[in-house]
Amino acid sequence: MAELAAALVGSLLVNNFVLAQFLGLCPFFGTTQRYDTALAMGLATTFVLCLAATLCHMVYHLLLVPLGLEYLNIIAFIVIVAGAVQLTEMYVKATSRVLYQLLGIYLPLITTNCAVLGVALLATGKALSFIETLVFAAGAAGGFTLVMVMFSAMREQLVTRDLPQAMRGTPITLVSAGILALGVMGFQGL
Amino acid sequence: MAETMASQRAPDSRQTMLWVSAALLPGIATMAALFGAAVLLNLGVCLVVAWLTEAVCLRLRHRDWRAGLRDFSAPVTALLVGLAVPPGAPIAAPVLATVTAIALGKHAYGGLGQNLFNPAMVGYTVALVSMPAAFALWPVDAASGATALDTLKHNDGLTLAELLRTPAFGSIGGYGWEWANLAFAMGGAVLIARGIIGWRLPVTFLLALGGLALAFHDGGSSRSAGSPLMHWSMGSTMLAAFFVLTDPVTHPNPRRAQIYFALIAAATTFTIRAWGSYPDGLAFGVLLANAATPYLDRRFA
Repeated sequence: MAELAAALVGSLLVNNFVLAQFLGLCPFFGTTQRYDTALAMGLATTFVLCLAATLCHMVYHLLLVPLGLEYLNIIAFIVIVAGAVQLTEMYVKATSRVLYQLLGIYLPLITTNCAVLGVALLATGKALSFIETLVFAAGAAGGFTLVMVMFSAMREQLVTRDLPQAMRGTPITLVSAGILALGVMGFQGL
Repeated sequence: MAETMASQRAPDSRQTMLWVSAALLPGIATMAALFGAAVLLNLGVCLVVAWLTEAVCLRLRHRDWRAGLRDFSAPVTALLVGLAVPPGAPIAAPVLATVTAIALGKHAYGGLGQNLFNPAMVGYTVALVSMPAAFALWPVDAASGATALDTLKHNDGLTLAELLRTPAFGSIGGYGWEWANLAFAMGGAVLIARGIIGWRLPVTFLLALGGLALAFHDGGSSRSAGSPLMHWSMGSTMLAAFFVLTDPVTHPNPRRAQIYFALIAAATTFTIRAWGSYPDGLAFGVLLANAATPYLDRRFA
């Protein structure tokens, strides 16, 4: 139990996918201009990530390993991730037209969010058990959503600041992300 | 709109900054008495570099640099950086920290009252992760060079009572640091009495830090992460509580948001102090709490 809690905190904060491993940066910069979009993106990614990690774990251990086809893991995982994204997209389209338009291209792009594939590959690579995989995925997804929400609130604030001409837009966004990552660096060695 | 927001958020600068500097003086004097003139040298370097960086940044932005220098905010940042950098560090450490603090932490965001992160802590952290060895050079215990925080972190088999008898410790906390912390707390009390800072934030932070220490106190055994008194009197606890966290532009305004802000800072600090590899976690705690401020402001507004 204590080990699972440690694994959760580990993937949530210490090895945060965005700020410590620099995975999933496209949605991190692409969909954080507005708080609502960032929150929706975080939740959609959370769903896809947990679903994909679970399915990948099952396919890997129940199908690929018995058949000796481990080398097909990347292809198999990509198909599963794409399927999970398709499912999410259909759900969002059916439930909230507004959200669907807000997320735009970034919704299908969850497919290429390296954090999603990364969690599946890392979990099978480290030979995590089913429960461990689930905890790892939940931590990674929670950490991603947390950072998305915090960063979007920061960016909404930045728009109201009297920024120098040269720093407006992307530069100050990158600087702020860097300082945020610097804060997380303190957890090194935990 | 940006201008009105700026003037609302920016403190009535010059007067406030002078009071803050004055409140730092007892702490500065204590640290100079403990660690020698090197402390004052550090502060001097930081002050000069801060003023130069401030002037250059203002010139680059075509602002009146003389007016900018008069608002006295750069010296306060310089004092905080100068107190956080160990006196034994090579001169590159305070220079790097100060230039980063003023140029990146403050002017990249548009200058006084616009910054998202506490400039002094941005500068300090950048220098810390760039040259970690330089930041271990606190001249406390001549034999091992270890501060109380290091000794506690790498404690092998001593109970807290035994630890307090080692040279790195004084009677309740870090040797010498307990007096410096007391002096900074007194300065903070003056600021609270003058109404320059609120009492809620520093008190919540200190209570949370003490509460965490109590939760992991483990009866003072060799596995203990330290007592509340130790955590209050080691490192720059009081300096951070009264002079850094209370920076008016980088903490949230709603009361409940301030509680969460203080909790984030305290939890991060304690986690890094007890189990992390960096000597102190205060700067990281402040940065993460600053990062959460826009969200907290939004959530509790």
